[in-house]
Amino acid sequence: MTILTLAKALNEGMRKAMEDDPKVLVMGEDVGKLGGVFRVTDGLQKDFGEQRVIDTPLAESGIIGTAIGLALRGYRPVCEIQFDGFVFPAADQIITQLAKMPLRSLGKLKLPVVVRIPCGGGIGAVEHHSESPEAYFTHTAGLRVVACSNPSDAYEMIQQAIRCDDPVVFFEPKRRYWEKAEVDIPTSSAGSAAWLPFDQGKVVRPGTDVTMLAYGPMVKTCLEAAKAAEDDGRSLEVVDLRSLNPLDVELVVESVRKTGRCVVVHEAAVFNGFGAELAARITEECFYNLEAPVLRVGGPSTPYPPSRLEDHYLPDLDRVLHAVDRVFAF
Amino acid sequence: MTADASHGEAPPEFVQLLTPEGERVQHPDYDIDLTPEEIRGLYRDLVLVRRVDLEAVALQRQGELGIWASLLGQEAAQIGSGRALTEADMAFPTYREHGVAWCRGVDPVNLLGLFRGVNHGGWDPAEHNFHLYTIVIGSQTLHAVGYAMGIQRDGADAATIVYFGDGATSQGDVNESFIWASVFNAPVVFFCQNNQWAISEPLEKQSRIPLYRRASGFGFPGVRVDGNDVFACLAVTRKALADARSGQGPMLIEAFTYRMGAHTTSDDPTRYRVAAELEAWKLKDPIERVRSYMFKNQIADQEFFDAIDAEADDLGRDVRKRCLALPDPEPLAIFDHVYAEPHRLMDEERAQFGAYLEGFEG
Ligand SMILES: Cc1ncc(C[n+]2csc(CCOP(=O)(O)OP(=O)(O)O)c2C)c(N)n1
Ligand SMILES: [Mg+2]
Repeated sequence: MTILTLAKALNEGMRKAMEDDPKVLVMGEDVGKLGGVFRVTDGLQKDFGEQRVIDTPLAESGIIGTAIGLALRGYRPVCEIQFDGFVFPAADQIITQLAKMPLRSLGKLKLPVVVRIPCGGGIGAVEHHSESPEAYFTHTAGLRVVACSNPSDAYEMIQQAIRCDDPVVFFEPKRRYWEKAEVDIPTSSAGSAAWLPFDQGKVVRPGTDVTMLAYGPMVKTCLEAAKAAEDDGRSLEVVDLRSLNPLDVELVVESVRKTGRCVVVHEAAVFNGFGAELAARITEECFYNLEAPVLRVGGPSTPYPPSRLEDHYLPDLDRVLHAVDRVFAF
Repeated sequence: MTADASHGEAPPEFVQLLTPEGERVQHPDYDIDLTPEEIRGLYRDLVLVRRVDLEAVALQRQGELGIWASLLGQEAAQIGSGRALTEADMAFPTYREHGVAWCRGVDPVNLLGLFRGVNHGGWDPAEHNFHLYTIVIGSQTLHAVGYAMGIQRDGADAATIVYFGDGATSQGDVNESFIWASVFNAPVVFFCQNNQWAISEPLEKQSRIPLYRRASGFGFPGVRVDGNDVFACLAVTRKALADARSGQGPMLIEAFTYRMGAHTTSDDPTRYRVAAELEAWKLKDPIERVRSYMFKNQIADQEFFDAIDAEADDLGRDVRKRCLALPDPEPLAIFDHVYAEPHRLMDEERAQFGAYLEGFEG
């Protein structure tokens, strides 16, 4: 066991993936000499050279477009988009090309491209640096979409994403980059075979009264809420979805059938957010077990506000507990 | 083949009217005739915008701003080009154009408000003919061209100028904007501040030819100017704007300068660039050369310089005071201005959130 920050765990995971497979490349703006603005790729260029860790020109469409070309040539590019709000210049390449090319080739082409996106707010940043664009990508067939919430998952999931033959959009909760936890770094490859597949979710705190569904940055908030609710005699089960597409429906349904109540928490706007899919699905699968409608906690349906207002925008302990109160009041 | 973006040493094709030592030199294509009063005005601008920038960096260090993008070293490029604009001209900035904002009469406290996080801009772009800051690299170049196409259709005696960095020249939007401007002969001046760095990436990561030469491939002229020479920046931009207004189409100006500070206050440039580079550029300081020119030519005396320094300190103090007094926006302001027309979802969410907040009172 080693104690790592989430950022360092990603770094170690990428390092391991690069050691394991010479075809793995890292590319993006400032990822080389600087090691990325969040230092997630720190030291990789020094150790693997400029051919494998590439400081690209400043153009996101170019990053993803050329990653597709490299993948067609047998490489496994791991692309860093510097901030969530800057993925949009690459949206065309991701949605019209990356997501659909394997299908168009009737399965002959594989595009093992990972698009890493630091996401979410809470760091006092200016516009376009605090967004949660996951629903755009979960809505795009052909992309796997995952989100890590803690160092241990970060270490494992980034390696699984890199090994996956599908394109993966990989969300990293930027405000949790500096949080530390124990990470089990296996000494043999048998160790990684035992990892939970990265398209499965995980119950991170068992409970009996309400299912809290979260991913990325909001998992921690839900765990804090579960702790606080315990004092009121309420037992919250916290599920870290980890994978949004595909969704681990089985795990979600099993939990909600048991608890009969569900609150979904994400930073993204509630209106047409990922929680809408969850609520609809749960209503279909768990209708007779539900004591209350599925409630969603998320951002208002507005652009992310200036940072002095972000504490109001982001779901916090109070708003999560408020929803828990409401789900009991039905 | 390598780019001639030799750090520290500018290559020859370069418009300069005032050397780093403060000597007036001639250029065959560009010249400028400035009254002593105008020169004193430019000097004052340079000093004041540097002072505001310094205050903003200090405010960020003290936790009063979330972040700040310093213009240190780029004052001449911004004041020279900014003072070339007529009232009717329109400017589209990035996030670093505090000097141009100054020329357009935007209160510096508005800039600080954005970086403090009380709003996303706060000034009226139409009142100042100075658009909002654009953070997504390169997007504004297309807006500027569209605006210029509007000017063209209106038959107005105006042009637009759009600012962007060396890194931005790689973006698709910027290249598309060159094509649009060229095809439609739009009255737009592309003002690229090549400060040699895009965060940690040196110019070589974006281009293997000097940036101003890109223009010829798109079918319009490009020129490189000493970006630390306020006279040259003013002369070249004035001419480019005049040409644009008179129907001669777009032009690319590459202001060859240097980002003396960190990319932003979050950045640590010691990780990727050497101190010697900074030292070399210090000798080309945009303010020092004007000062020594003015001294040598008796355009100003010590009393004048002291008065400007005192004015700068007053401005610094005033900006600080008003920045600290900026009120945080009301929580329900989150729902304001998202739509121009009444919108049911906004009304519903505003009411819900208002009721939620009231639950905490009393
Ligand atoms: C589309 C987009 N991608 C990435 C970023 C992050 N970013 C902010 S500034 C910057 C470098 C810009 O360099 P340059 O264009 O040279 O301007 P400078 O900051 O040097 O003035 C980057 C990569 C961004 N703001 N927008
Ligand atoms: Mg630059």
